[in-house]
Amino acid sequence: MQKARLSRVIVLAAVGAVALGACSARNESDSGGDTPPQSQAAAPAQASNAANPAGDGKAQCAPTSIAYAGTINGNNAALGQNILYGVDLAVTQHNKANPGCQVKLEKFETEGTPDKAPGIVTQIANTNSIIGVVGLPFSGESKAAGNIFNDKGLVQLTPSATNPTLSQNGWKTFFRGLGNDNTQGPAAAQFITQELKADKVCVVRDDSEYGTGLADAITKALGEKATCQQTVKTKQIDFAAVVNDIKSKSPQAIFYSGYYQEAAPLAQQLSDAGVDAKFVGPDGVKDDEFVKGAGDAAAKAYFTCPCVPADQFTDFSTAYKAASGKDPGTYSPEGYDLATILLKGIDAGKKDRASLLDFVKTYDGQGLTKHFKWDDKGELAKTTVWTYKVEGGKIVRNTEIK
Amino acid sequence: MTEGTKTAVGKRRPLGEWWNNLSRVQQWGVLIPLVALVYLLPVLNPPILSTEPGYDFPIAMFEVARYALVAIGLNVVVGQAGLLDLGYIGFFAIGAYVAALFTSPDSSLSKLPFLVVLPIAMVVTMIFGVILGTPTLRLRGDYLAIVTLGFGEIVRLLADNIDPLRGNRGFQEVGHPPGTNADGSSLFNNTNGIPWYWLCVTIIILILFLVGNLERSRVGRAWVAIRDDEDAAEIMGVPTFKFKIWAFAGGAAIGGLSGALYAGQLGFVNNQKFDVVTSMLFLAAVILGGSGNKVGVLVGAIVVAYVPLRFLVIADYKYLIFGLALIILMIFRPGGLLGARQRLLTYGRQAYQRLLGKGEQISSDGAMVTDEPERSH
Amino acid sequence: MLIHHELTTHVLADIKFDPGAFVDQFWQNTVDGLSQGSIYALVALGYTLVYGVLKLINFAHSEVFIYGAYATWFTFYGLGFRPGSTPDLPVFELIGFLLLALVVSMLVSGGTAVVLERVAYRPLRKRGAPRLAFLITAIGASFVLQQILFLTRGGNAERSIRLMKPEAQFTIFGAEITNVTLIIIIASVVLMVFADVFVNRTKFGRGIRAVAQDPDTATLMGVNKERIIILTFLIGGLLAGAAAFFYMIKNPQGASYQGGFILGIKAFTAAVLGGIGNLRGALLGGILLGLVENYGQAFFGGNWRDVVAFVLLVLILMFRPTGILGESLGKARV
Repeated sequence: MQKARLSRVIVLAAVGAVALGACSARNESDSGGDTPPQSQAAAPAQASNAANPAGDGKAQCAPTSIAYAGTINGNNAALGQNILYGVDLAVTQHNKANPGCQVKLEKFETEGTPDKAPGIVTQIANTNSIIGVVGLPFSGESKAAGNIFNDKGLVQLTPSATNPTLSQNGWKTFFRGLGNDNTQGPAAAQFITQELKADKVCVVRDDSEYGTGLADAITKALGEKATCQQTVKTKQIDFAAVVNDIKSKSPQAIFYSGYYQEAAPLAQQLSDAGVDAKFVGPDGVKDDEFVKGAGDAAAKAYFTCPCVPADQFTDFSTAYKAASGKDPGTYSPEGYDLATILLKGIDAGKKDRASLLDFVKTYDGQGLTKHFKWDDKGELAKTTVWTYKVEGGKIVRNTEIK
Repeated sequence: MTEGTKTAVGKRRPLGEWWNNLSRVQQWGVLIPLVALVYLLPVLNPPILSTEPGYDFPIAMFEVARYALVAIGLNVVVGQAGLLDLGYIGFFAIGAYVAALFTSPDSSLSKLPFLVVLPIAMVVTMIFGVILGTPTLRLRGDYLAIVTLGFGEIVRLLADNIDPLRGNRGFQEVGHPPGTNADGSSLFNNTNGIPWYWLCVTIIILILFLVGNLERSRVGRAWVAIRDDEDAAEIMGVPTFKFKIWAFAGGAAIGGLSGALYAGQLGFVNNQKFDVVTSMLFLAAVILGGSGNKVGVLVGAIVVAYVPLRFLVIADYKYLIFGLALIILMIFRPGGLLGARQRLLTYGRQAYQRLLGKGEQISSDGAMVTDEPERSH
Repeated sequence: MLIHHELTTHVLADIKFDPGAFVDQFWQNTVDGLSQGSIYALVALGYTLVYGVLKLINFAHSEVFIYGAYATWFTFYGLGFRPGSTPDLPVFELIGFLLLALVVSMLVSGGTAVVLERVAYRPLRKRGAPRLAFLITAIGASFVLQQILFLTRGGNAERSIRLMKPEAQFTIFGAEITNVTLIIIIASVVLMVFADVFVNRTKFGRGIRAVAQDPDTATLMGVNKERIIILTFLIGGLLAGAAAFFYMIKNPQGASYQGGFILGIKAFTAAVLGGIGNLRGALLGGILLGLVENYGQAFFGGNWRDVVAFVLLVLILMFRPTGILGESLGKARV
């Protein structure tokens, strides 16, 4: 602080301004002061029988590859990186424990956009050494490229694409490692109306597959309580018109159906305009990047997410932090779980796409986050939705919606 | 004319002269094996040329062919008629959306076979070309450039804003030409670039014939006249406006066609890829190769599309590299790698033969080298 | 019938025609339009000055602008502020920091413009290249400047850093005037007056006008043409830098590598609207465009704001390419 203050003093002198003593009066306003105290549900404990990528250490296999495909440095990159680090951790642990079975993780950058993904996925599908994929985190890109996986019989486990229609395309290779937005939408509606006690809710959607699908689901679940609808565009930064419209409708809660990249400036501009409605975002918004981008406005935000809090997965969290230097984020444990399933398959001697696909199809086992067993459409039988809130500038778990 | 240009022209002259001295039959004798080789490229997948393992080679070849088609279309507008069009991506986008609207299950329109949609895409973009061209083609030079830029943006924004065009969500399962493989899967799919490449190359050859003949016709001569001095052309009785519209609409149609092919191969269309940056990349292909020269723009397109795919390390830097290339090129070689040639058009061959006893001479005067007349208001 | 009825009705449904909103929000939109328009006007001055002197559309001027926006961001960052919460600064300190950021942005943009002129345009002038070559060089330069940002700072916008929140200070006809709006409008007017006096009253300004009117004669009369050209780029850059600073306090998340493009095109539209090459025309055009855009947004819906601006551009160029006040820096004296 001393040094920063000194440089500021010099700077001030340079521009000829005065009032140096006032420096000390500066005070970073603290966030999270005005959230109503709510009971925080206990995070689920780590299941003792959760699948471990290390296995028994005796696995034998020819060198083979699995791939991560998704955003790494593109749009909403933080969401993709969370998953990638989770997958990477599972592979590293597996390879360390099993000298006789080395699996290579190939990383493919889709930039998170549906126009870029088909080309990249074609590339993956035409690389014969890759026998399984964790990825396509976003719904739009999954929709655009899903048929390529299907054509090539390459199993695709998505850790975060939640659009419900994805499982209805007849793709035999699509498996979703979490609940879809037909679960999240009603759950979010329930949370907003019952826990936040809002009767007038504004649903703001972006123009992505994910945002529009989820907005439809929550609007339907809210019924008459969805009193206004707004649309924003991918990469929009100036929301003056939307903010003015929302302000004139004076809702009690705003549900933003989209990703953090647009949600952060929107939340900030709403807050600036004096809109004090509760801001609720889904899994696409639940990231530290939102908290950083929205500034003070984030303190009043809530999130819904079909992801399980990782607080109690201490072994996982420690290893994750050691490997990536960060705390696990949204969908990190899901990415880890799904990669583990692929690795189990490889350890069990599945060495081509068809047999690994069969392995996943009939898989029945516990993971860190939940029990994995898919139906014929690639949806899980039992899923949960959690809510999160911001405390002290960090996203912490709130309650489980039941 | 600079020193650098002179020597480069000097080096190029023997090849060009050799080619022009050949008779038509001999030229065919060279061309046919060359074309056959072009067709076979993705099958041969030659080791040094191959973009694998970084990028699937047949698909890379389709990309190159698609850029070549775009470059030929844009060259009609920029190179031959001398109209700087910065919004060419708008026509490309319209073509892609027409293909998507008539073939994708996400659209509420009646479905049509893909091969029927291709001409529709051309006609629709042509109509847009006329709609845009009629009011704006009275403008000159840089004003025209900015209006076309505005048009390109309007098209993109409409794709953003109009709900049936599905914004970022886009259209999936865009149609493809008929035909099946032995195992019953469709011949044209988005993982196999070879059929798409062949289709695209065939179209390019047809368009090259068409444009080549057009170039040597009254229309082509009118374009050159307009490019070199619009006022003089007007005074000499060339209905400049009419011919400019023709160039604009013709170029637009080719842009629409390549947009439709792009949509078909990718199987997906949304609003994210039709930005001005891509439009500039198209323009870079034309300018790099040498606007006004068909072979030149093909070379330009190959450079712009192929190099970043072959050397994936530079893929991130491609816009930077092509931006620098444009600056450097304008300083040292404003005519492009292979500049447009000033030559007799209609009876060129016979005339040169009679006068010189050999094929045409190359003088490297093109749109970029001749001084544009001052705009008058 | 190929075109489904549903399609046409949908398209119409996406454009709202809302005269009610237009009337209700008229004064608010006027205020917002004035502050947005001031930014356009300052950037438009750069286009107009360069066009007046060189008859060149400096396509890379939008990048000159966005470099200023990054400069503002980095100044805030360098002062120790971080994305996130807005600090509560004492007034004098706040003014000092803002002034510093303004000066830095102006210098960075001015410097970028001068470098651009020296590296990209001057070699062309020396060779007497055709005008089309200048335009293509400008496009290339715009690419390069954009990509430098992209490759060093990534594709995403910088996270917003703010030194103050927009807070309504008072209302006029129900329109809220925030501190940010006040700063932008007052400071822009000061800069505009300054630019106008500079071009119309000083020796350098006379040089600029002389070169704009007739470069050859001006040279014969002892005007150093090269120096005047550099000066023109510098002034255009300085003003763009100031505009970038205002843009950043208005949209703190606006520093993205492509962020200059749309704004640049709009500022160019503003310059053409007023009559390109005409200093006061650019000011008038900028303000008008800001207003029209905001009224259009109220009328047609927020998504149509940019469309309104571009349609306006096409219409003006079609029907009155010389703009409202007419072209030429040299002739128009108002």
